[in-house]
Amino acid sequence: MNKPMDLSSSLPDANGLFGSFGGRFVAETLMPLILELQDEYATAKNDPEFQRQLAYFQGDYVGRPSPLYFAERLTEHFGGASIYLKREELNHTGAHKINNCIGQVLLAKQMGKKRIIAETGAGMHGVATATVAARFGLPCVIYMGTTDIERQQTNVFRMKLLGAEVIPVTSGTGTLKDAMNEALRDWVTNVDDTFYIIGTVAGPHPYPAMVRDFQAVIGHETRTQMLEKHGRLPDSLVACIGGGSNAMGLFHPFLNDSAVQMIGVEAGGKGVKSGLHAASLNGGTPGVLHGNRTYLLQNADGQISDAHSISAGLDYPGIGPEHAWLHEQKRVEYVSATDAEALEAFQICCRQEGIIPALETAHALAEVAKRAPTLPREHLMVVNLSGRGDKDMMSVAHHLGEQLDEAC
Amino acid sequence: MIAIQDNTMNDTVNQAVTHSSRLEQCFATLKQQNRPALVSYLTAGDPDADASRRLLHGLPEAGVDIIELGMPFSDPMADGPAIQKAALRALESGQTQAKTLEMVRRFREENSSTPIVLMGYYNPIFCYGVERFLTDAANAGVDGLIVVDLPPEHDEELCQPAARHGIDFIRLATPTTDARRLPKVLANASGFIYYVSVAGVTGGSAPTPERLESSVAQLREHTDLPIAVGFGIRTAEQAATIGRFSDAVVVGSALVDCIEHAASADDAVEQVHGLVSELAESVRACRQ
Repeated sequence: MNKPMDLSSSLPDANGLFGSFGGRFVAETLMPLILELQDEYATAKNDPEFQRQLAYFQGDYVGRPSPLYFAERLTEHFGGASIYLKREELNHTGAHKINNCIGQVLLAKQMGKKRIIAETGAGMHGVATATVAARFGLPCVIYMGTTDIERQQTNVFRMKLLGAEVIPVTSGTGTLKDAMNEALRDWVTNVDDTFYIIGTVAGPHPYPAMVRDFQAVIGHETRTQMLEKHGRLPDSLVACIGGGSNAMGLFHPFLNDSAVQMIGVEAGGKGVKSGLHAASLNGGTPGVLHGNRTYLLQNADGQISDAHSISAGLDYPGIGPEHAWLHEQKRVEYVSATDAEALEAFQICCRQEGIIPALETAHALAEVAKRAPTLPREHLMVVNLSGRGDKDMMSVAHHLGEQLDEAC
Repeated sequence: MIAIQDNTMNDTVNQAVTHSSRLEQCFATLKQQNRPALVSYLTAGDPDADASRRLLHGLPEAGVDIIELGMPFSDPMADGPAIQKAALRALESGQTQAKTLEMVRRFREENSSTPIVLMGYYNPIFCYGVERFLTDAANAGVDGLIVVDLPPEHDEELCQPAARHGIDFIRLATPTTDARRLPKVLANASGFIYYVSVAGVTGGSAPTPERLESSVAQLREHTDLPIAVGFGIRTAEQAATIGRFSDAVVVGSALVDCIEHAASADDAVEQVHGLVSELAESVRACRQ
């Protein structure tokens, strides 16, 4: 089932550009390292031994392929399109994040790096990184904003159990963007021995393309599974978007199939018009941050604004550059779901399917709630169930007005 | 009669000292005096507009040869805590790109010789609009730009357009810049080369002078441009040691720290100019 990574894509170009988006906007100190990473990755991509190892760990360690599950009760509940869930929440560590981390840690080993660093928002990428670092015996430092540490304490404890050092980031708003700034500062200071595992399809080239390729296993499997079940491709794909790695992983292998509709769901927070949201494409403008040009939440003077979302994993004022390009190409439709809509969809999924989704994933389900009822049963809709919601118990309880014991 | 003469003189000076040559003239003069330049870094608008203006205007008299003026950015990824906080103080006090350019313009009304280099990150320039920014910067009297997150791979974004406006693009070379990479770094460089003394963020620890001296010597084999050294230089003693073999010494975080720890805006101005005088004295004497 484990397909080789997509080799056919023509983008990004040699400078890491998707149209005008992407690029390598980093300090000179990092440039030699980024160029080396680019070369090493290009080699690994075509190295059968690297691919064999990747397939082995994706299978026996991560638990791939993840099922493509027909959500019968959810389909009946909405009364329209046939809804399929791509069960990424069943992966080891409970989200799609590990697909990428396994790939990058293998690359880190190949490059002889001795130390792993990463940024995290909701903590899922931090947990996945701490997991692979433990598995490969590498010391690991995770940067996490203090605001996120507060709302994701379980994941902080998981990372510590896995042997990672979690460094609280107090600068800025203490969320994902600040964690990324701090990880970049660490990297620039420890260039010789450190590998930075970026968790999403953003950052300087080659990260957006590399993370996409490692996540594309989601789309490749979906394609094969849907062909096995129905003998045809799905009609639409729906995924939530923070940086956009689970969406890109699902979408990318279908980009050339023009009949397949794709919908990316950004975090609308209190509503895009309220200004309190994390919808970079629907409420932002092009700019340059964290090594790439993309759509950003910012003021007219180019100062980055705070993102807002009920979900820590989507609370980022940017988006992967390939999404920015697909948005301008109009190949993918980008919409948004509010905190309230996500919370509602979260509960429907729990009750109808016995699956507790991550709050991030609930944004994709909120779009399904709007779209599925208007479509016929023959319409095959795939939703990326990108993560499980155990980590969100405290947060959801708080929003639903329930008191939970800290220990649970 | 006298007033008319003065105006004529000023016009002559302004014509002779074109934007791109202020840096050349400065380094030529210092070479004659056999001493390195003292380069100061302050963030525009830190701690507030008025104090920042007073800080800026007093720098040449306190002994600064070249002024680096930071354009504050909300997410300064290559800077340590001192300059991060300075950027936030400036932004909170309402600093904008337009106000930074206005500061330079007003400075130029009374000083036509001290070079000013704007330093920062690309996004605020990109959002201001590259052509508009370069036109306004050239008119204001900006001599050069240091933009941390624009490596030579992106020269078409700002470096090449800046050259067309007569504004130097100062390139950073770092300990990770190897022999294979150096030609690319130097290709479109102008003004001077800024050697980042350590792999890390601003305000970090300083490297050993021996290692630095050999790095600067290696760099000189590949370029005729003056070489400035910065990152981690905090004291008059360090400045003197490094000034013996470099063409310029950059001090930033130590000055910005004075602003953070000052009791008031007046105190900040006094402390910064005090430290600058100390550094200037040391730099002036370092090769004697």
